[in-house]
Amino acid sequence: MKRTKVNEMKVIFDSKSENESLARYICAAFCAVFDPTVEALADVKCTVSEAVTNCVVHAYKDTVGKIYMTLKAYNDSSVSISIRDKGCGIEDTKQAREPLFTTDLAGERSGMGFPIMESLSERFSLKSKPGVGTQVSMSFKLDKNTKG
Amino acid sequence: MNTHEKLKLEYADNVMIAYVSDDIDHHRAKGIREGIDARLYADRPERFLLDMSEVSFMDSSGLGLILGRFTLCRELGIDFALSNPSREVEKILDLAGTSRLIRIEKSEKRKDK
Repeated sequence: MKRTKVNEMKVIFDSKSENESLARYICAAFCAVFDPTVEALADVKCTVSEAVTNCVVHAYKDTVGKIYMTLKAYNDSSVSISIRDKGCGIEDTKQAREPLFTTDLAGERSGMGFPIMESLSERFSLKSKPGVGTQVSMSFKLDKNTKG
Repeated sequence: MNTHEKLKLEYADNVMIAYVSDDIDHHRAKGIREGIDARLYADRPERFLLDMSEVSFMDSSGLGLILGRFTLCRELGIDFALSNPSREVEKILDLAGTSRLIRIEKSEKRKDK
C-alpha cells in the first residue's frame, strides 16, 4: 500500500502559556481518527507540549509571537507534526539537544525538552537559524487501541 | 486565572502533603510552585510529600517542578519524597533517569488506571 496523506490541518496561535494545553488537545483530537492507544496519544501530547513550551519560554521569551503548527495524517496510521516559530532561534542545536542542558536557569527548566521529544517520537528533526526561527518536525506511528 | 485551584495542601504532625492533580505543564507549574514554596518556607515541616497520584499529564515542566522542590527541601533540611506518582509521571521520571535521585513512596491506596 502506498503511503498517502489522508488529512491535513494548520493552526496558528499566540505564544501564550495557556495555549500549551490547547495545542496538545488539538493534536490529540486530530489523532483520534486512528483510535490510538492511551500510551501512543500520551506520547504525542507530551512532545507537542514540549515543542510549544519551547516557543513560549525560549523562542519568543518576554514577547508574544505566532506559533505555526502543521498536522498531517497518513493512511498507515501515522501522523507528522511540525511546530515552527519566528523567534530568536538556537545558536547551537547540538548542545540544545543534550539532556539537562538549558539556557533558562532561573525558570526551573529541567533541560529535558528535546531529549523527551526525541525519545517519544518515531522521527525527530530540529532546524534552527538564529534571528530567523526554529522548526521541530516529529512523526508518530499510532498503535491502534485493540481493547475496544 | 487562579492557577492554585488544583493544589491541595495538608499539614499535620510535622508532615506536609501537597496533592497535585490533572495536567502539569509550564503554564500550571508556576502557580503550583509558588503555592507549595510559600507554605514550605512558612511552616518548615520535617517531611514533605508531593502526591502525584491524580496527575493525568506531565511534561518536562513537571519534572522541573519535582526537581525544584527536591532541591528546596534539601536546602531547608526537609525530608522529601514523591508519593504515588501516576503512570504518566513515572514515564517522564524514567526518561529523565531521576530514579536514583528522587525517593518514591507508594501507598496501597494507589489506583491503577
